[in-house]
Amino acid sequence: MEVTVSHYVVVASVLFATGAYGVVTRKNILIVLMCLELMLNSCNLLFVVFSRLYDGATGHVFVLMSVTVAAAEVAIGLAFVVSVYRQRQSLNIDLLKILRG
Amino acid sequence: MTLALIVLIPLAGALVNGLFHATGLWKKLTGKAAGGNAVAAVACLSVLASALLSTRLFLDLVSGGEPVTYELFTWMLSGDLEVGFEFLFDSLSAVMALVVTWVGFLIHVYSIGYMHHDRCFARYFTYLNIFVFFMLVLVLGNNFPMMFVGWEGVGLASYLLIGFWHEEEFRVHAGRKAFVVNRIGDLGFILGIFLIFSAFGTLDYHGVFSMLGAGHAAGVSSGMVTAIALLLFVGAVGKSAQFPLYVWLPDAMAGPTAVSALIHAATMVTAGVYMICRCSPIFSMSPEASAVVLATAAFTAFFAATIAITQNDIKKVLAYSTVSQLGYMLMAAGAGAYAFAVFHLVTHAFFKALLFLGAGSVIHAMAGEQDIRKMGGLRGMIPVTAVTFLVGTLAISGFPLLSGFFSKDEILASLYDGGHVFFWAVGVLTAVLTAFYMTRLYMLTFEGKTRMSYLAKSRVHESPASMTVPLVVLAFLSVFGGLLGVPEFIGERLGFHYTGLIGGFLSSSVETVHGHAAHYSARHFGHWTLVGFSVAAAGLGILAGVAAYSRGPIERKPKRFAGALHGGSFNKWYVDEMYDAIFVSPFNYVSRLCSDFDRSTIDRALDGLADFVRDGSKKLSALQTGFLRYYAAAVAVAVLAMIALAFLYGSAVS
Repeated sequence: MEVTVSHYVVVASVLFATGAYGVVTRKNILIVLMCLELMLNSCNLLFVVFSRLYDGATGHVFVLMSVTVAAAEVAIGLAFVVSVYRQRQSLNIDLLKILRG
Repeated sequence: MTLALIVLIPLAGALVNGLFHATGLWKKLTGKAAGGNAVAAVACLSVLASALLSTRLFLDLVSGGEPVTYELFTWMLSGDLEVGFEFLFDSLSAVMALVVTWVGFLIHVYSIGYMHHDRCFARYFTYLNIFVFFMLVLVLGNNFPMMFVGWEGVGLASYLLIGFWHEEEFRVHAGRKAFVVNRIGDLGFILGIFLIFSAFGTLDYHGVFSMLGAGHAAGVSSGMVTAIALLLFVGAVGKSAQFPLYVWLPDAMAGPTAVSALIHAATMVTAGVYMICRCSPIFSMSPEASAVVLATAAFTAFFAATIAITQNDIKKVLAYSTVSQLGYMLMAAGAGAYAFAVFHLVTHAFFKALLFLGAGSVIHAMAGEQDIRKMGGLRGMIPVTAVTFLVGTLAISGFPLLSGFFSKDEILASLYDGGHVFFWAVGVLTAVLTAFYMTRLYMLTFEGKTRMSYLAKSRVHESPASMTVPLVVLAFLSVFGGLLGVPEFIGERLGFHYTGLIGGFLSSSVETVHGHAAHYSARHFGHWTLVGFSVAAAGLGILAGVAAYSRGPIERKPKRFAGALHGGSFNKWYVDEMYDAIFVSPFNYVSRLCSDFDRSTIDRALDGLADFVRDGSKKLSALQTGFLRYYAAAVAVAVLAMIALAFLYGSAVS
């Protein structure tokens, strides 16, 4: 069986949906962050796929860029998680609702 | 330059007192409050400086100098309109400036003693200096806008000083009444100025009056001149408290008595007379307007005199007397005898300031009591005040050879000469009434047995020297002020050679319509007969007053017709009540309607809108749960929905 672009797109979509489902349903901040990474990386995968399909370097470059930014983002996110934990002694995301209207 | 300094020095005095002392800035800067003496010195010396400078310029003018003008800066420049901040010192301005500064100076000095106990000493003198400044702008300005600025400025000072003791509400109301009633007159005045500009294309006195020369106006219809004159007269009616706008002046007595003397007797209220004399070329061109002036003034003079007879408040009597005497001055102006209007203005400034200051001294001695029914027998207790007050009473009554006698007699004579025999008769009748009510005032206050309580009597004291010295000086002026205008025929008999001084001096700046002596022979009465009428009027009034009131107030109430007259006079002919019914009440009613409409309709609509937005926001804010996952889900759902829409209606969107 030949692996076509459709397969890649399906895999990316499944990854994205899994990530999105996790972000919405999970309570642990760490899990939510990891699900976010899943969503991010499904997009990176698509970039690479279409970049190869159209024989261009733009997608590759963009992915490198995106991975770099994601690394920084994760660093900040984890620092945030640590400080939240210090304050609340919990990683339950539902406790963070002081912006309720 | 000297001319500008005359005006600016009182302004500087007001600024120093106002900025440093009335605000307490001086205390902050130096650590200690300036004494009342420093404040008083600044105020009095600034007015004294103006007085001395005016006198200097006046002496130049008398020794044959030309009128002086001085332009401080160009004030307005727009198209054809060019107005300079320019001063003029001609004979009319000179007389006014001398009266304002010298009488003003005496009253400043008097105020030191009179306001001695007041907390707001510095504020009082600030206002007083502001008044002198604006009054000088009014009389020394060389064009109509300058006069208007001074005109409004003295109105402001008057308002501030009437309501000076603003802790008491009725005084504030009196100030507001004065302000509002004066606005009516001012509207006429400024419309007159607009009309002058549209008719003549200039606002300078010289520019306007030179076009009116030689008995005809170049390119200006006589109807236009009459309209201008009438509008200007409306202004004078307001400021000089003539019928029907006189009602503010009696109420203005709520201010400190020295203020009543300076502003509401000697100077500001005579601004209308000054304005008409200044505009004598306009008024003498319009017999119709002059007739209106004469009739209004004669009615006011008589009307106010009838009210003054029954008032029991010492200041109210003097206030109605002032209205009446202002009517006298304007009668002279209406008859074309402008110089005699100014003559009476000057002598009136002397004796009315004297009477008011005397009244102030009485009130001071009585610790605030103003009801003459509770006085009596004060002559022995405060002799200086009593004697000077008597001098003032005799002067205003027209006692022969005192100042009021000459000025009043000249006005009556010129009324008679001008053919206004009816108004002459009104004038003589008013003179009788004047002598009567002034004698009544003097008798009830100073003569007879005292009607004070024992306690009040024990506290009566003569005023300090700062108050009595101005009284004596003004009494002196009230006696000899008449020498400024002794008619020739009387001068001949007395061996007094300096006759008709003021008339001759003023002839360079006001119109003189009637050649007096020429008319005498054509009339039924000779001039000695006319003098006889004046003397008889004064004598009759004084004797009647003495006879009626030598035993204190008349307790018995008059009945029937006399009772109706007495009641009418006592209640000021119900004019205030009439105004209340015609103007004030309907105005309040309409205001209340508007206010109700505002509250019930406009406010409710706006409040409803605000409530709707607030309640709606409250409901919508419930969507903001604070759960991060809801937001993420919402974003996801929304994106899905949009993608679905794009698929379904893709062609329509793109």
